[in-house]
Amino acid sequence: MKAERSLGIICAIYGDLPMSGQGFNIIVLIKQVPDIEKVRFDVETGRIDRSSAPGETNPFDLHALEAGLQIKERFGGFVTVISMGPRQAESSLKDALARGADRAILLTDARLAGADTIATAKALAAAIKKLGKFDLVLCGEKTVDGDTGQVGPEVAELLGIPHATYVCEIREITRDSIRVVSDMGDKYLYELKLPALLTVTRELNSPRLPTLKDLLRAKRMQVEIWTADHLSEIVPIDQLGFQGSKTRVVKVVIPSTEHRRGVILKGDDAVEKIGEIILREVLSG
Amino acid sequence: MTGILVYAEASGPEIHPISFELLGKARELAEKLGLEVWSVALGYGISDRAPELIYHGADKVYVYDDERLRDLNVVAYKNVLVELVKEIKPEIFLLGATPWGRSLAPRVAAALDTGLTADCIDLQVSEDGKLIQIRPAFTGNILAHIETVSKPVMATIRYRVMRKLPRDPSRKGEIIVCSVEKIDCDGIRCLGKVSERRINLADAEIVVAGGRGLKKKEDLRLLEELASVIGGVVGASRPLVEEGWISKDHQVGFSGNVVKPKLYVACGISGSPQHLAGMRDSNIIIAINIDPSAPIFRHADYGVVSDLYDFIPKLINYLKERAGKSVETKMM
Ligand SMILES: Cc1cc2nc3c(=O)[nH]c(=O)nc-3n(C[C@H](O)[C@H](O)[C@H](O)COP(=O)(O)OP(=O)(O)OC[C@H]3O[C@@H](n4cnc5c(N)ncnc54)[C@H](O)[C@@H]3O)c2cc1C
Ligand SMILES: Nc1ncnc2c1ncn2[C@@H]1O[C@H](COP(=O)(O)O)[C@@H](O)[C@H]1O
Repeated sequence: MKAERSLGIICAIYGDLPMSGQGFNIIVLIKQVPDIEKVRFDVETGRIDRSSAPGETNPFDLHALEAGLQIKERFGGFVTVISMGPRQAESSLKDALARGADRAILLTDARLAGADTIATAKALAAAIKKLGKFDLVLCGEKTVDGDTGQVGPEVAELLGIPHATYVCEIREITRDSIRVVSDMGDKYLYELKLPALLTVTRELNSPRLPTLKDLLRAKRMQVEIWTADHLSEIVPIDQLGFQGSKTRVVKVVIPSTEHRRGVILKGDDAVEKIGEIILREVLSG
Repeated sequence: MTGILVYAEASGPEIHPISFELLGKARELAEKLGLEVWSVALGYGISDRAPELIYHGADKVYVYDDERLRDLNVVAYKNVLVELVKEIKPEIFLLGATPWGRSLAPRVAAALDTGLTADCIDLQVSEDGKLIQIRPAFTGNILAHIETVSKPVMATIRYRVMRKLPRDPSRKGEIIVCSVEKIDCDGIRCLGKVSERRINLADAEIVVAGGRGLKKKEDLRLLEELASVIGGVVGASRPLVEEGWISKDHQVGFSGNVVKPKLYVACGISGSPQHLAGMRDSNIIIAINIDPSAPIFRHADYGVVSDLYDFIPKLINYLKERAGKSVETKMM
């Protein structure tokens, strides 16, 4: 069932075919995040111990990458992955190269650290502008750590291009437009002029796994490292990182589960007890 | 006097209930901060609904009723909202954290070059009069308190966490009919709805949810029966959706629906962080799981360590009997 879905994402192509050898210029934005199952939170101080968990690529972003790779394979093109983050995020970019991306850029610099979504979007949009011509920017629906889903639409606005969120299906792509289904509870069909930005859900496809051969090939490929200075011709550095952020985290708390009663029932009278609780709740106003 | 602007969401002629909840919260904040409450509605054929926004707390309502705004077009809507915000200069701008609100708000925030906090579950005023926005992050594992240093302060707010005010048709306010000459939305065209959601989990008061403790698709009937006996709807953990046993509309969790029912019954669900992110704010949580060490028990009010295949049929029988009895008593 999954395989069927992933093959079926691009059902048709109409109008002018992209010129062979040229194809689509695709940019995928990926973020390295802590493995959410392993990361530890200090209940007392509200601190997040990122070092407690290994980094992995934000799961949603793998679906964005997969979509980019499928378009490239069907119609030709070039996939560039960009990530902003600490140096260790390089491993996520290497993984993207192994999966089939052509070029990888890591924006890493102390001056980019501590960015909120707007400052993140400004850095990413500046990097995209610096790269020049592009047709499609692909993002995940949201990150498992930041969990905002804001960076994609913000990048689209900063680039002055249309966007669609929660894309669960790509129906058609032509030289200058794309048709996608956006899952906003009800599902809507949108046509966007290219260049455009999409944020994608996990329903869109099933990401491939790199083979050993891919991993070996990727080992020889370079991840380009860009600092804030690479972006300064496009965006003033004081707009980036913590300095450029418009929001500040003043406090972090770990939600307590203390208010739960935590009554554990076993054995035969559990049916009656739970039955009574359910009836009480159901009949309450 | 400046104000708090609330976006009244509408994808047809009806205003999404979240808009009234936001007005309720805005009213409370406005009293504390000495501000007015403003609302803006965009769409086609929505003018008639504008008074409702006043009845629920708005002092002023800006209405853009225009055929060109019939479809949800993120670029067109953004252009109109940005123009309005630049003109009326609200201190605070609130939108619902619905899928549409979460698509529109960041676009507006980036255009205004202001901070935006996503998916808030509470808004408070600090001692020095700043708006503190509280939101889950790290897949719901933490709650961050956030302050914005630019204007307007923008936030999207989760559904069903703020309380709307009782409708008061005697409330007075001003309706300002606005028009736009040019609506630029060249780059995007809505070609219509391809499908409607089958159930509205977010509105459900009672959810009976199943997870991988179910052995096959047909066993979902057991949960359907329990749900129908107690007037609930069926939810599911992600693996059941991935298996194709049930549609995505039913999924509860980080990449599904966030629910806040008065009763959540989790059957054969382990309680992963991603699942908890979608239901941890339910009023009463009951968990049925065969494994006493399942994390869900730490988040439940009542836990039953039992095989769901044994327990649920008994529970259904018990409830049916009791319901029968209460009908009898009523008839007597
Ligand atoms: C980015 C991302 C997003 C995700 N989003 C979501 C999401 O939105 N929603 C979601 O649910 N998950 C989501 N997940 C998946 C999540 O991590 C878990 O894998 C999933 O929630 C587990 O579902 P489960 O509890 O049904 O299955 P399991 O973890 O396998 O648990 C099954 C439970 O059933 C119990 N059981 C077995 N047999 C019986 C029996 N006969 N009677 C009673 N109990 C029994 C077992 O003891 C066990 O605790 C996401 C994951 C990622 C990485
Ligand atoms: N630091 C980053 N580097 C690259 N892409 C990012 C970064 N942060 C966010 N994104 C992209 O924006 C999407 C939404 O992120 P967020 O707004 O943090 O939920 C992610 O799925 C990524 O595609």
